[in-house]
Amino acid sequence: MALLNQGCREKRFLQLKKNNQMKKVIESSGVTKSFGSTQALDDITFSVNESEIFGFIGPDGAGKTTLFRIITTLLVPDKGNMKVLGMDSVSDYKELRKNIGYMPGRFSLYQDLSVEENLNFYATVFGTNVEENYELISDIYSHIEPFKKRLAGELSGGMKQKLALSCALIHKPRLLILDEPTTGVDAVSRSEFWDMLGKLHRYNITIVVSTPYMDEAIRCDRVALIQDGKLLSVDTPQNIRAGFSRKLFTVKSAEKYKLLKMLRKNQEVLTVYPFGDSMHVTLKNDSSEKSVSDCLSREGIKDAVIREAEAGIEDRFLELMENGIKA
Amino acid sequence: MNEKVIYVKNLVKKFGSFVANDNLSFEVYAGEIFGFLGANGAGKTTTIRILSGLSKPTSGEVNVAGYDAYRQSELIKKNIGYMCQKFSLYEDLTVKENIVLYGGIYGMSKSLIGERLVNLLEKLHFQKDENRMISDLPLGLRQKLAFSVALLHEPKIVFLDEPTGGVDPITRRQFWETIYETASRGITVFVTTHYMDEAEYCDRISIMNEGKIVALDTPENLKKQYDAASVEEVFIKIARP
Ligand SMILES: Nc1ncnc2c1ncn2[C@@H]1O[C@H](COP(=O)(O)OP(=O)(O)OP(=O)(O)O)[C@@H](O)[C@H]1O
Ligand SMILES: [Mg+2]
Repeated sequence: MALLNQGCREKRFLQLKKNNQMKKVIESSGVTKSFGSTQALDDITFSVNESEIFGFIGPDGAGKTTLFRIITTLLVPDKGNMKVLGMDSVSDYKELRKNIGYMPGRFSLYQDLSVEENLNFYATVFGTNVEENYELISDIYSHIEPFKKRLAGELSGGMKQKLALSCALIHKPRLLILDEPTTGVDAVSRSEFWDMLGKLHRYNITIVVSTPYMDEAIRCDRVALIQDGKLLSVDTPQNIRAGFSRKLFTVKSAEKYKLLKMLRKNQEVLTVYPFGDSMHVTLKNDSSEKSVSDCLSREGIKDAVIREAEAGIEDRFLELMENGIKA
Repeated sequence: MNEKVIYVKNLVKKFGSFVANDNLSFEVYAGEIFGFLGANGAGKTTTIRILSGLSKPTSGEVNVAGYDAYRQSELIKKNIGYMCQKFSLYEDLTVKENIVLYGGIYGMSKSLIGERLVNLLEKLHFQKDENRMISDLPLGLRQKLAFSVALLHEPKIVFLDEPTGGVDPITRRQFWETIYETASRGITVFVTTHYMDEAEYCDRISIMNEGKIVALDTPENLKKQYDAASVEEVFIKIARP
């Protein structure tokens, strides 16, 4: 179902592109920011189109949060230009703030107000009320609504995330900036959460989101990979995945840890990563799967099953990040 | 794998009239990687805090590392390691200061702390970073360090509450290799996660919903029992029946 949804989004995206109807909601050119001797962002140039879901992926400390703080007018770049909703993020910050919903990675909730009071507070600050935009948040807010009298500080980690998202969305912003919104959210709610984001384009809301979950990258219209303050690539998830050029194999055995160690030691293996109940493996140029399986059985792993498999977006990201780190 | 290191029978934990842990019973064995899964608000952190001696049960039997959770919570704290996503390390202290501080909390001698400090820095390739502030470290490194600190006093059991939450795919996998390595030394790892691929790495998993344990077995058996291709599918069937 997720895939079907994805197909529709892609079609819509291409249609818009053809008609040249895409309005730019974010235009970042040459944005640079340092803190002391650390360069957090280095010459960041990209743009985001109206009602697009635009994802940022990258290791911890890559610069995502700094970039989000510049987009949301909370930080001023050292160099370069950040235009948001047609306004300048530095000189027009007051007007901009009214139109952006921001969910920071660290909680922005009032721990000693109740769930309901937090939501009302955010609605009031932006001059609206909860009833008016309830349909925007109902899919996720309904999970915590039974506990609306409880103090935010007494919610579980994932429940806090759901409340923070509801608060960022309650004033129906034109641009929604979400910094790792699903960290700590359980697997089922995560998928419901993305269904909800998918519906927001109906309201022309543009979404910029960072996530450590690769299955979520698939659900964005375009994804930017960021590392050490630099943009490595910006593309559709389909194109990114297609960039994986090697043959990929899955290897399974009941003895997972031993299997991992053996594959690591194996001269013919280029990369090995655990993926749930199997290992994803690529081989050096002229190696064959046969010689790997022979080698494993010599080492005492008799039950290994090796199969060729299709690479997913996570395989490609691991490849890109590993290369980036080495470079 | 017969030595029981955690024994829980009919555990109940209430906050006022709200029942956060509803009659839990389970056992965990030495050297096991035990995955403690469940939907948001299911009650996982509540249980972990009780098992770590940080909070008291309302009723039921709880024994951890041979100590009773009602009367011997101080001894439990000395004999287990605990790490949660947020407050595990002091952000405004350096790497070295954190290690020395925790060594003191665990009641270790100065010379032992010094010895473990050297080993730890070397193992993590952290020698150059010992005087860096925790707040300057990326999340992934911080979590690796927090894990090592939780193991500083060589406890029998270590509790990890969402240790990889928000951690990138490469660092997350490195973290799990340390978990494997720790368990292979006979230390029990009790871990929660919302990454369902990580659930597959556990020896056994339990899945909680609304305060109750709904399923408990090896990942393979649960997949068979629920006729599912992955733990993620099992989880979905349990969380949204
Ligand atoms: N001090 C408290 N007072 C009242 N209710 C509380 C308190 N602490 C926890 N709760 C409630 O107990 C329930 C279980 O919370 P817990 O933190 O154990 O969940 P969890 O399984 O760890 O969830 P998550 O996956 O989101 O971290 C929640 O409904 C939470 O709001
Ligand atoms: Mg929790």
